[in-house]
Amino acid sequence: MKVLTRIGFWLLVAAIALFSLFPFYYAVISSFRSGADLFTVAYVPESFDLSNYFAVFQRQPFGRNILNSIIVAGAVVAVSLALGITAAYAFGRIAFRGRSLLLMTILGVSMFPQVAVLSGMFELIRSLGLYNTLPGLILANLMLTLPFTTWVLTTFMREMPKEIEEAAFVDGATPWIVVRRVFLPLMAPAAVTTGLLAFIVSWNEFLFALTFTLTNERRTVPPAIALMTGSTAYELPWGTIMAASVIVTLPIIALVLVFQRKIVAGLTAGAVKG
Amino acid sequence: MAEVALRNIQKSFGGAKVIHGVDLEIRDGEFVVFVGPSGCGKSTLLRLIAGLEDITEGDLFIDGERVNDWAPAKRRIAMVFQSYALYPHMSVYDNMAFGLELAKASRSEIDARVREAARLLQIDDLLDRKPRQLSGGQRQRVAIGRAIVRDPKVFLFDEPLSNLDAALRVQTRIEIAKLHADTRATMIYVTHDQVEAMTLADRIVVLNKGRIEQVGTPLELYHRPANLFVAGFIGSPQMNFVPVEAVSAGSDHIEVRLPGGQTLPVPVHPEGTRTGEALTLGIRPDHLQVREDGPFRGRIELVEQLGENHLLYVAADGLRLTARETGDSRHRAGDVVSLAATGESCHLFRGSGEALPLTVPRGDRTTPPQSRTA
Repeated sequence: MKVLTRIGFWLLVAAIALFSLFPFYYAVISSFRSGADLFTVAYVPESFDLSNYFAVFQRQPFGRNILNSIIVAGAVVAVSLALGITAAYAFGRIAFRGRSLLLMTILGVSMFPQVAVLSGMFELIRSLGLYNTLPGLILANLMLTLPFTTWVLTTFMREMPKEIEEAAFVDGATPWIVVRRVFLPLMAPAAVTTGLLAFIVSWNEFLFALTFTLTNERRTVPPAIALMTGSTAYELPWGTIMAASVIVTLPIIALVLVFQRKIVAGLTAGAVKG
Repeated sequence: MAEVALRNIQKSFGGAKVIHGVDLEIRDGEFVVFVGPSGCGKSTLLRLIAGLEDITEGDLFIDGERVNDWAPAKRRIAMVFQSYALYPHMSVYDNMAFGLELAKASRSEIDARVREAARLLQIDDLLDRKPRQLSGGQRQRVAIGRAIVRDPKVFLFDEPLSNLDAALRVQTRIEIAKLHADTRATMIYVTHDQVEAMTLADRIVVLNKGRIEQVGTPLELYHRPANLFVAGFIGSPQMNFVPVEAVSAGSDHIEVRLPGGQTLPVPVHPEGTRTGEALTLGIRPDHLQVREDGPFRGRIELVEQLGENHLLYVAADGLRLTARETGDSRHRAGDVVSLAATGESCHLFRGSGEALPLTVPRGDRTTPPQSRTA
């Protein structure tokens, strides 16, 4: 019976792994194939042809697109965390009138689907003169990331022991020093996690990036891949699309692996009795 | 070092008033302990002095300056919290240096002061550790060290020993007493433990429901409680209270009738007590003795043998009395005994709860209680 349970467990794990990893695996092997090969089904890599990878960068400014994505996602993470942590301090620590109403409003913002706000956001971006610019995309993406970073960080902030903050006040700290020197180090795991989520959301964001940019040089990776064209209007360049997909997936995997080690639990142990 | 003066300090949370006008003068270098039952406002009062809560009304002076609107650091106070409240991500050294760093002290000065405090508290070999690598007692020392390095005018302690185990509590208590003797700094200490209060304090402030009940030295409070509340709160086990009736009032004593019908002269100033007035007689357990002809006759409900002394819980005339006698008890639960007390050892309280002043001075006559259990 015990053996059966174990076998069942590992079968389930294998199924989940297959389900989530197979698409990426198929993208990887497809990216190494070219021409008519692409339209036959193959499950094992039989050729190792890097021409698709060169083609990605030759036929369009893909390097520029990747840089755009990094700038947008990086800025979104930085702004989200900076605003999220300071807002979380206010929401989690300071009692003021309308606090829960404001928190609910922030949650309400994330309720609207992207398409619903698309036209309004378009007008906003246009009137600010940010159409077809990276700051425009950063602003739009903040709408997606700020609500959840604020909420998650507020939850963590509330769990910070009150006495630590008071001890810091007695030591002469201002609220800003408390946030920066005391709470930020303690909340680092939470900040890293939410920052990573914000990065992924912004990195993968498609609709805003498609709508608010016009020229190839200003696009981020997702619309750039979607709008890739082959040598003729009738050719869909599957090989280069797959190569591009693999290239932009790797940074995400690397980021998760790097920061996973930083997400240390129990950092607050020893602060108060326990 | 500084004197602290509270003038009509009041505090309300929303509509609820928790401190009702407290007046108190704390002298330079004095060790003052706030005691009271939970919810009496002692911690709130400490936090008002610290500047962690805003004072609703009244004036707070430290060293002659009105500090109501000053930030905690500017008041030059240091606080030791019940939960230690160390910064978990900083080493012991950085924990102690943090306040000085914020005060923009020079690196060499910080180093000198941190090492000096660490030596004083014997934590010099722990300076590189993180708080989670320390035991409870060590953490509390670091918290005290963090207070010392800042060379504050006033030390504030908020139940600093409550999280320690019994043995460590006694040891740390002695260390705090030594710290006060060494530094002669003004210290304000909040506790609900009357042993801590009695042993540490120069003066004790007994608080109840946001008001001061009595201020005095430990022995003053023990021997001359101003009212029923203080009488019941100071001393363990609690003072026995017996409802009595005034039979006659002399110039320097009142004759009262006990529930059993006997009368007892108590040497207090009558202060206009009328014949027939209902009073409360207070007798410490140490002053109740087993006597053949004692006025309180009843059955022993429980005997607690503590070795050096024993406690008898006696149900007599519808009262529950506690008596403490030295040595081992020869009585057992179920025995019927009589208890007696001399009028000179008793206290009398009026219906309002206020004590009638004693005619004969106490404290220098009666010996202080030999043992108070921790």
